[in-house]
Amino acid sequence: MNPFTYARAATVADALRMGAQPGAKYLGGGTNLVDLLRETLERPAALVDVTQLSNAIEERPDGSLLIGAAATNTALAEHQAVRSRFPLLSRAIVAGASAQIRNMATVGGNMLQRTRCSYFYDEDGARCNKRSPGQGCDAIDGFNRMHAVLGASEACVATHPSDMCVALAALDAVIHLQGANGARTLPFNDLHRLPEDRPELDTVLEAGELITAIEVPALAFSARSNYRKVRDRSSYAFALVSVAAAIDIEDGIVRDVRVALGGVAHKPWRAWRLEAALRGRQAGEALFHAAADVELADARPLRDNAFKIGLARNTVAAVLSSLSANPGAQP
Amino acid sequence: MPMTIHINGSELPLPDDPRVSLLDLLRDRLQLSGAKKGCNQGACGACTVLVDGQRILSCLALAVQYEGRSVISIEGLADGELHPLQQAFIEHDGLQCGYCTPGQICSAIGMEAELRRGVPSYVTEDLAGAAIAPTHEELRERMSGNLCRCGAYNGIVAAIVDHRGKEAQ
Repeated sequence: MNPFTYARAATVADALRMGAQPGAKYLGGGTNLVDLLRETLERPAALVDVTQLSNAIEERPDGSLLIGAAATNTALAEHQAVRSRFPLLSRAIVAGASAQIRNMATVGGNMLQRTRCSYFYDEDGARCNKRSPGQGCDAIDGFNRMHAVLGASEACVATHPSDMCVALAALDAVIHLQGANGARTLPFNDLHRLPEDRPELDTVLEAGELITAIEVPALAFSARSNYRKVRDRSSYAFALVSVAAAIDIEDGIVRDVRVALGGVAHKPWRAWRLEAALRGRQAGEALFHAAADVELADARPLRDNAFKIGLARNTVAAVLSSLSANPGAQP
Repeated sequence: MPMTIHINGSELPLPDDPRVSLLDLLRDRLQLSGAKKGCNQGACGACTVLVDGQRILSCLALAVQYEGRSVISIEGLADGELHPLQQAFIEHDGLQCGYCTPGQICSAIGMEAELRRGVPSYVTEDLAGAAIAPTHEELRERMSGNLCRCGAYNGIVAAIVDHRGKEAQ
């Protein structure tokens, strides 16, 4: 690790002041950042520990949740309101990493974790535009079984690794930010970027800007929801494909639906076109497959990951079929 | 006033260098070599310790982040005689080479507290339910952050089941 200073922020104002120093970086649980420091992929001059800021999880009168960014992944997954009213969020969180890591990781930090693309990590042996802009990408012609099939670019085919974020994308979460120019809110689906020609930028956050809270708006049918993760081993592995979904069915007709995909793109992938293809139609496996095909029409496989397209299609259909048959959220 | 950390009941100064991980503090500076440096990147669980009762990975923790907190490593569990879960690991062959064992045992103690608290897992069918049935599948899923390359998994689960049963009596 390169040398850095360490300080704890007691207040948001404290954090912003220290976060404005050149080379400063906010530190949550450290489960990704400490590893990146050790690999010298991150070389901050100063770490500002923001875990003493709000970790409150508040269920508000309008049914929404307001979650302090310092809440741990475990605290959010085990919160009674999340388990009963937003099961897709609870199950997405416990699908990620291991219990030890979820006990450390904060909600804010989870959103800002970097890709696990092995070429991004291999500074000595591989080119990577995300790590070293302009260098080239060895994943595009390399071992790219884990890589993106949607929204990738010539510059980068990395995927976003978070499970929690896939549920937040489906739930239209809103990020609360504080920065040099005051407070602002941002739709969660606008937080992460597609790589385009600037893959070094994961998000649209400005320098020194701090995520203070995440708002999850009420959704009338969010209790009928689930998250399914498909991976190479049954636990403690990153997603090949994952699906977060909530559905409202009345008299066999899809009244409303929310779907997001993980493991397929540079950001949690909200399936807007799939949702539009479902609303007002007769629920059933044929419809679910057809709607998934609409979403995946633009999917572009690399050498090793064409299977993800069929896997995403089938996982979408399986999750929606299961939710249609049974309002409970079975794993 | 130097910053301090509580480790196995003793209040100790934190290192001046914020780059020192909690694992390196334990192993290299305090000669508490129970927690193991398997992968040093959060993939194996061999460095698991308890902080204020919660299991964490000490390799992904900077020691300074845990100022004022209470850390228990495997060395802090035995009190004159082995902790009952340590004894259960021996009785059920929950180890062969023993390298992952300190992490497995600390992890299992944290896991038991999570189960009592009702923390769900990926395989919990009813997420909203008050009680979680501690099935074999639940225990395997909840312990999946601790790898055992000898493959003593069945013995590890048997030791945990035995320990939980004795605790419940």
